[in-house]
Amino acid sequence: MAVPSVAVQRRPSILSRLAGSRNALGLGFMLPAAALLLVFLTYPLGLGVWLGFTDTRIGRPGIYIGIENYEYLWSDGVFWLSVFNTLLYTVSASILKFVLGLWLALILNEKLPFKSFFRAVVLLPWVVPTVLSAIAFWWIYDSQFSILSWALQQMGLIDHRINFLGDPTNARASVIAANVWRGIPFVAITLLAGLQTIPQSLYEAATLDGASRWQLFRHVTLPLLTPIIAITMTFSVLFTFTDFQLIYVLTRGGPVNATHLMATLSFQRGIAGGQLGEGAAIAVAMIPFLLAAILFSYFGLQRRRWQQGGGD
Amino acid sequence: MAAIKEVERLDTDEGGMGYLQSLPRKVVTVYLPLLVFVIVLLFPFYWMTITAVKPNVEMTDYVNYNPFWVVHPTLEHIRYLLFETSYPGWLLNTVIISTASTFLSLLAAVLAAYAIERLRFSGARQVGLAVFLAYLVPPSILFIPLSVMVFNLGLYDTPFALILTYPTFLIPFCTWLLMGYFRSIPFELEECALIDGASRWQILTKILLPLSVPGLISAGIFAFTLSWNEFIYALTFIQSSEKKTVPVGVLTELVRSDVYEWGALMAGALIGSLPVVVLYSFFVEHYVSSMTGAVKE
Repeated sequence: MAVPSVAVQRRPSILSRLAGSRNALGLGFMLPAAALLLVFLTYPLGLGVWLGFTDTRIGRPGIYIGIENYEYLWSDGVFWLSVFNTLLYTVSASILKFVLGLWLALILNEKLPFKSFFRAVVLLPWVVPTVLSAIAFWWIYDSQFSILSWALQQMGLIDHRINFLGDPTNARASVIAANVWRGIPFVAITLLAGLQTIPQSLYEAATLDGASRWQLFRHVTLPLLTPIIAITMTFSVLFTFTDFQLIYVLTRGGPVNATHLMATLSFQRGIAGGQLGEGAAIAVAMIPFLLAAILFSYFGLQRRRWQQGGGD
Repeated sequence: MAAIKEVERLDTDEGGMGYLQSLPRKVVTVYLPLLVFVIVLLFPFYWMTITAVKPNVEMTDYVNYNPFWVVHPTLEHIRYLLFETSYPGWLLNTVIISTASTFLSLLAAVLAAYAIERLRFSGARQVGLAVFLAYLVPPSILFIPLSVMVFNLGLYDTPFALILTYPTFLIPFCTWLLMGYFRSIPFELEECALIDGASRWQILTKILLPLSVPGLISAGIFAFTLSWNEFIYALTFIQSSEKKTVPVGVLTELVRSDVYEWGALMAGALIGSLPVVVLYSFFVEHYVSSMTGAVKE
């Protein structure tokens, strides 16, 4: 969010005369984007909060019922289970994506033959529509004809088929694995872009000072990468926390709600069940978590960057 | 970030001190893990492809046939998909909706990015920040109120429900990306044009946009991919079978409750992925730059 200093210094010489019209012109240019965003983003955001306080159903406008929806959710075990599932899903998938993504980024940053080919291929899981790759995972996780079960049986590692999506623990692990599969490329490629901006001279200097490979990583790579890690992981956490597609395809929240996330529960109650008010309340309940994630990464990790920038 | 940005991409001496590593060590630390990563990341696509051309007999018979290979490849699943289901219609819907929403978003984003970055009207910085925050609002918390709006506006079950709602996540992204791109174009060019008496509109269309073509392509293909892949709005706002998009159609129409037609499902997933993959393969660099560009700024 750097303001271009060049522009700021030179602007007055010529543009100051246009200052009067600049605001009017700016307003005109902003109009299409602002209109679309205000009507279809800001207003629905407010409408969603309002719906959470009503008993609206599909086909019937609701009336204000105060915090009744939230009171109901507070005493609803399924809702709390979905909160727990969402946190478990987000935390474990994000950690795995970060570790594996960083690893892959470090590998791709090495000198490699066919490097651009590998980089292009690695990003494929992220490019392909999530729903369609999730359908492939659904087939891979099939209870009878799972290729994973078959391969593991052939290798003699297991003696009976794994019930990937039918057992609560397995189902949770399976959806997390599918999410990690899709998320690794995003983390790896963005971190790789960050790695490429680290000057080689720093590594050379550290090597001359006798730093080991681990020390190079810990004291050169990691500190310089922290700002990009912060932003990448903020996005990754947001996308994971609000995930809907993968669960909807693979389990629809089952077995016995073990994989219901807040987004899928909100859909199930709000759209499939017709209780728009209650669904909206669940969606609104996601907002504090999202704000917490954004603030944590923004302040927690940005501050480290300032400290490092400020010298030690 | 300024310190990092000063040093532009050091592609020329990438790998740097890599020559210090011995080959056996590199095999263990680099090639082997890379191989595992690539296999794991690509296996679902292989499995999708092989299932799409596998006859039903071989598909469930793991005793006589090795499931990793196909003995008698068939186009039956693809034929069924293209001629006996509404799949071609879904493809067409998805193309129309993605193209329309991408163009709409690009148009709005170019104007907005120019206003924020170059006109610098009062409050431009705050508006820029608001655009970024808008990008962080996930569709999962908007789909219920949006469905109420879409219904009240009479857009329910029409392509316009999607064409008008996709920009909510496309415009913030494109604007943010184009702001970064416009920033990299020298301001002096605009000053010269202003002195020569060019209007703002002329500057935008004759100077800035021609120079921003790579940025526009990046934003465009990324936006197209995002709308192609969108699911939750398409699932919620579209009811009739023939108006669905590919991701929704494949999931809701091809899955019969009793028998899963895995061959047709996988063929549907494969063909539905192809357009974005082809687009991606032509513009890998643009794609990567747009993905990382949004993060780097």
